[in-house]
Amino acid sequence: MDVVLIALLVLLVVGSLIALELRNLLSAVIAVGVVGLGLSIVFLLLGAPDIAITQVVVEVIVVTVLIRLTGRTGRTVDAAPDRRDAVAVWLGGGVLLMLLGLMIHVLSALPRFGSGASLPAGHYLENAPAQTGASNVVTAILLDYRAYDTLGEATVILTAIVGALVVLRHTGRDVRRAPPVPRGGPPGGADDPKPAERELPPQHSAARSRDQEVQHV
Amino acid sequence: MSEPGGMSPIVRIVTRWLLGFVLVFGFAVALFGHLTPGGGFAGGVVITCGFVLATLAFGAKTGPAAWFGRLASTLDAVGALAFLALALLGYAAGHFLAQWAGRDPEPFRLTSAPSLVLLNLAILLKVGAGLFAGFLAVAAFGRAAEDVGTDEFSDAGAPQGPEPEGREA
Repeated sequence: MDVVLIALLVLLVVGSLIALELRNLLSAVIAVGVVGLGLSIVFLLLGAPDIAITQVVVEVIVVTVLIRLTGRTGRTVDAAPDRRDAVAVWLGGGVLLMLLGLMIHVLSALPRFGSGASLPAGHYLENAPAQTGASNVVTAILLDYRAYDTLGEATVILTAIVGALVVLRHTGRDVRRAPPVPRGGPPGGADDPKPAERELPPQHSAARSRDQEVQHV
Repeated sequence: MSEPGGMSPIVRIVTRWLLGFVLVFGFAVALFGHLTPGGGFAGGVVITCGFVLATLAFGAKTGPAAWFGRLASTLDAVGALAFLALALLGYAAGHFLAQWAGRDPEPFRLTSAPSLVLLNLAILLKVGAGLFAGFLAVAAFGRAAEDVGTDEFSDAGAPQGPEPEGREA
């Protein structure tokens, strides 16, 4: 199993590097998806099916949303320079080597993987089914022993969603109502909306442009 | 496409067959989260995947975005408040977040931890509606970016069409 695990981890590192270096955004998103799905298999091999399930479904939905976005906002990135500053490369490499040495130093001091679990973990494993009635110890920890954390986590997601809605919607409205920008070429070109049509509520134009964009997916 | 705002009939029919199974699976993952791997979060994301699939297949007009889109952020807040209310109900059993509902001493039953089941369902509602609202927000953001037509990622090969001349004037 160790060989499979190491091969998967190497695949993850290579996939991340490919995702960083690719100019084509769609290919980069697919590379990110490969990394996420490989990570879920790693979780499964390490005996964490809960996290593996969550990782799979979150990865699927994130890749879907990213593919939709890349299909709409363009295809390639030309901003990255082809040559990098030599000083920056050497400096970055030196810092990386230092961090690698520190990491090896710290990791060698940790107990071997899978052994020497911390005191509360042992307590949870022994007593969770009897104390909470949940035979899935992960749920027992998330919803009983450490339920405060889950409460905060739910609030974090709520805040993130509300923040995303506020920020993104504000951008869309500002753009839509900016009067001095003459809009000559909306998507599709042929069905250029009349000026009166632009004042419609957002969901009308939303539905119209979705007709076109769904074909990219 | 016989129907506007969606993908091909093959995709729509397969989605129609699959959607019920996806939603039931997500609900089951959350409902039995205290017995089997999974939980409210994973089940909620599975249900969101089902809604996103239906939105992509049926389009914005006839898909769930049409009748569920405005409701999503409300349901998101309702899920969070339900979690908080269930946590406050713990005071009935002594302290915050205590298991207030009676427990079946027999393990491996749905009723062996009813409080955790309810908490999982609250998380299911929260995550399912919240992520779908996020998906809709991102889709709206993408549409806004497309309407402007000028972001640093767009290039000549993008399907947006040519840039209008003199739009900065």
